[in-house]
Amino acid sequence: MSDVLVVAEHRRGEIRDVSYEAVTAGRELADARGGDLHVAAIAGDVDAFAEDLNREGVDAIHTVGNGEEFDHNVYQTAVAALLDRTDADTVVTPNSVNGLDYAPAVAENRGIPLVTDAIGFEYDGGLTVTREMYGSKVETTVDVDGDRHVLTIRGGEWPAAEGVGDAAVESVEVDLPESGARVTGFEEVGGGDVDIADAEVLVSVGRGIEEEENLGLVEDLADALGATLSSSRPIVDNGWLPKNRQVGQSGKVVTPDVYIAIGISGAVQHVAGMKGSDTIVAVNTDPNAPIFDIADYGVVGDLFEVVPELIDEFA
Amino acid sequence: MKVLVTVKEVAEADDDFAIEGTDIAEGDLEYDLNEWDDYAVEAAVQLAEAGIADEVVTVTVGPERAEETIRMALAKGADRAVRVWDDAFEEGFSDVAAKVSTIEAVVEAEDPDLVLGGVQAADTGFGATGVALAERIGFEHAAVVNDLEVDADAGVAHVHRELEGGVEELTDVDLPAVLTVQTGLNEPRYASLRGIRQAQRKEIDAKDLGDLGVTAGDVESALDITSMYEPESESDAEMIEGDAGEVAGRLAELLRDKGVSA
Repeated sequence: MSDVLVVAEHRRGEIRDVSYEAVTAGRELADARGGDLHVAAIAGDVDAFAEDLNREGVDAIHTVGNGEEFDHNVYQTAVAALLDRTDADTVVTPNSVNGLDYAPAVAENRGIPLVTDAIGFEYDGGLTVTREMYGSKVETTVDVDGDRHVLTIRGGEWPAAEGVGDAAVESVEVDLPESGARVTGFEEVGGGDVDIADAEVLVSVGRGIEEEENLGLVEDLADALGATLSSSRPIVDNGWLPKNRQVGQSGKVVTPDVYIAIGISGAVQHVAGMKGSDTIVAVNTDPNAPIFDIADYGVVGDLFEVVPELIDEFA
Repeated sequence: MKVLVTVKEVAEADDDFAIEGTDIAEGDLEYDLNEWDDYAVEAAVQLAEAGIADEVVTVTVGPERAEETIRMALAKGADRAVRVWDDAFEEGFSDVAAKVSTIEAVVEAEDPDLVLGGVQAADTGFGATGVALAERIGFEHAAVVNDLEVDADAGVAHVHRELEGGVEELTDVDLPAVLTVQTGLNEPRYASLRGIRQAQRKEIDAKDLGDLGVTAGDVESALDITSMYEPESESDAEMIEGDAGEVAGRLAELLRDKGVSA
């Protein structure tokens, strides 16, 4: 019992990138434990997914063809069935909205220790997971009891698995219990007059702006620079800007020529949406803000002093 | 119907902080109501105001210090609070299963129809307690809910789950259920002065594990934090220094180099 089961995630017929990263993480763990790597493709066009997921290092792929999209009842049931029928005792899956909708239930149901949002791990007779705390201000190492684990991994921390493997593919039938949660549809949000993904220059505002009435300052900056205004999540949560202006994991992914982050700390969910920008400029009062880790140019300073001067430069 | 809201007091590190052992120095931490839970409290209070919920009870696993935070939830409109603490929690880091074992006992005593909690705690960021709790107590669940409508007569919660990339999943969840609430679900209110006064008279029922019939073994953690450190900065940013005018001048120069102009 030292095999690892990676549960892939897909949406609308596409395997999500983080699934291939989970394959890499799963292979590392299986190697350290001397076990095989199993990958599960659950729901949707599982035969096509199995072909996509057959990357180097994958020993077996199990397909469970119930339903089209994610449903936690299907995932919980299928993963439990695969833990029963294979030698896998450890589950690795993306730390995504859907991953967090079923993985904790699997861990609870099987009595297996759970560690979410892993950014690294080592296995040396026992598992030690690296994860962040206090809003990314610190990293911790966490020793996990036992040899069975459920791990959810953060996207972008492992390279995607590549190459073509020679995994055996098997189709698995599962009996689904009655579920009291039914997916009835999907909705695209954040449409509207402006598509920030099209902008060449974005002025993006975050919590540092403090009050809604201060937004005029960054609007003036955007005007002065001929830029489009976007924001991090709290600004949209507060209702100060519409959802179509939100950059990040749950908003838009943007790749402008120039991204100017004003009062944005750079939480991982935000960075996921803008790290592909050509040039990143950040203004923040906190010298330790993670936004400076990905910025090309940084200003540690008060936006209420710097921004008016910058507007004057372009006036 | 009765709504139980899980409320956590979270710690936030000051901009300058020191690490002592495997945690941030106590003096460098500020405590507050977890942001996500604030939205859960608001959702519950709105259900009460709409006549859907008869009672809103909060449950907190935390030391006496947390009562200040709990009073905030009471001031915003929760009816009463349960606070659980025990020497067993002083031992170290509690994993998800330990928290679930504690809250499970409170659920058994309170018998709610709906449990609301934040998607995650701002300090530990596990994002797992609600879904694990649902599995333990046999409730339905939905994680990362950013739109909620409860049809009490039909016994169904109509929710949106906020997926990545600007897509929402529409799901009907039968009650009883546990829902984890995303920021932006509503606009959490500020406590009114009247609410703050009323909160002083509301009950905070402090319990230890023995009161709940839970043993120290039930809350033994499978996880142990062995080190904490500040991540090495990966920054290769060119830091621009000087007064605001100098900084703006240099920024303007490099932005023009990149072709930025009105």
